[in-house]
Amino acid sequence: MSRIHVLAPGQLTTVQDLGRPGWQRYGVTPGGALDAWALRLANALVGNAEGAAGLELTLTGPTLRFLAEALIAVTGADFQVTVNGRRLPAWRPVRLAAGTEVVLGAALAGCRGYLAVAGGFAVPRVLGGRGTHLAAGFGGLNGRALRTGDVLKNGPPSAWARRLAAALAVPGAFSFPRWEISAEARPPPGAAPAIRVVRGPQWDWFDAGAREQFLRERFTVSARSDRMGLRLEGPALAGAERPEMLSEGVATGTIQVPPDGRPIVLLADRQTIGGYPKIAQAASVDLSALAQVRPGDTVGFEEVTVAAAQELWRAAERQIATVRHGIAAHAA
Amino acid sequence: MKLAPLGDSAVLVTVGERPDAATLAAVEALAAALTRESPPGVIECVPANAGLTVYYDPGRMARRDGGPPYDRVTQWIGACAAAVARGRPAGLERWVVVPVCYGGEWGPDLEAVAAAHGLGADEVVARHSGAEYRVSAVGFTPGFPYLSGLPESLHTPRRPTPRLRVPAGSVAIGGAQSGIYPGETPGGWHLIGRTPLRLFHPQQRPPSLLQAGDRVRFRPIPAAEFSAAAPP
Repeated sequence: MSRIHVLAPGQLTTVQDLGRPGWQRYGVTPGGALDAWALRLANALVGNAEGAAGLELTLTGPTLRFLAEALIAVTGADFQVTVNGRRLPAWRPVRLAAGTEVVLGAALAGCRGYLAVAGGFAVPRVLGGRGTHLAAGFGGLNGRALRTGDVLKNGPPSAWARRLAAALAVPGAFSFPRWEISAEARPPPGAAPAIRVVRGPQWDWFDAGAREQFLRERFTVSARSDRMGLRLEGPALAGAERPEMLSEGVATGTIQVPPDGRPIVLLADRQTIGGYPKIAQAASVDLSALAQVRPGDTVGFEEVTVAAAQELWRAAERQIATVRHGIAAHAA
Repeated sequence: MKLAPLGDSAVLVTVGERPDAATLAAVEALAAALTRESPPGVIECVPANAGLTVYYDPGRMARRDGGPPYDRVTQWIGACAAAVARGRPAGLERWVVVPVCYGGEWGPDLEAVAAAHGLGADEVVARHSGAEYRVSAVGFTPGFPYLSGLPESLHTPRRPTPRLRVPAGSVAIGGAQSGIYPGETPGGWHLIGRTPLRLFHPQQRPPSLLQAGDRVRFRPIPAAEFSAAAPP
């Protein structure tokens, strides 16, 4: 267990893991990393279980001082990460010498980055998860985003991580291996041309014109978007509201349309139920891309079947498994 | 019963048209059966109003014959529903009495609600606390119960502009429902009182005081009792 000092918090930096499923009947959303795929790979790079707690960075990252030697990895959006002004590579493990100060600057592309540390960030499990539930104020570090002066701790690194760190132990503030997760094995970068969607339970409530617009037009991500959802600006998909609609279950990736006709894509910190018509549901495999779009980016939607979405998901899982095996083979 | 995919990892099950007592009981029974009989790969079953949602892991629900996971999940839901229909033991209803200090600083909208209906504040309190409610869903925020059973004479459209911060424990009216805010959140309902009960605590099991299907009554209490019981 060693300590990590927060010298600057970044725009919105939270401790996140893969969420806390199982409590939605009590109104508790699963939450967790918005780009779970990127967090899983960051954890794989430092020898952690894939659900270990990491930091989720938003647009501008924190400045951290690692008091002891540490093995870290940064994935997700393309953050400028520097130590003493020298650029640190992403998508590979990096060994830091004790006392190293890491500046996670602005994201050049994408929106959310993930920093994993060997051993994971040690915060208590609440309702089975270590992630921060911002709206309810629990989980993560005291239920809130990081602040200057916070002190984080990491757990004991795995034997694999210790071997890799030993192999990388050369003089200097940081060192890293020659290998990395190649670009084609990473989740697709943000602003994907089209988000694959399955028709939502209320698809038929929308008239043909609104459905066609939804699949044809591009929508701009509003600055009022957050971990709860992406608010989209563009053509209004009006005409589907029905006063008698009862609130019912929603899921991460649900695309709901409030009375103003502006679609909202629900992300990990969504509510558990909702009363707006659901025109579509994003394929799970594209949740990463949705986590990476920035305010001002545009998104479009392309219809697929449930079976096709599940096949895409299987293919992505196979790819992740291949990457994990590849990483494990290094430094073994 | 109607099934519809909610993407590649969830199924929306609609049991009835309205959240009346019979439908809520049927939803509760099906949710209990699904939760009890869940195969590995089913993550959770979440009742709300006249239906429920089953969340699953498509990888772990793949069929041995290679068929789509959605078919396997819906077959399983259908089998559970059939078993429930064949003979459901009458469940015991759980009653929860919620003490409420009405009006004043605890219920800043009580007078406005009374005025909107041409009633006295006392009459609003009498009608609100005289009714029997049922939790039709828990959501919006952890532990927030949506209560059906609000007397029609108290139905009140939501505030045009939501409050940015509603005090924890606020008892409220929104449209045809009553509800209780577990924590400080934004909220657009009319605040008529406040309870010293804690609606949600992540360290408790279950973490929520109320769950879908529970019956609820409100008991008016004086300010002194509220102050004595309220957590510091």
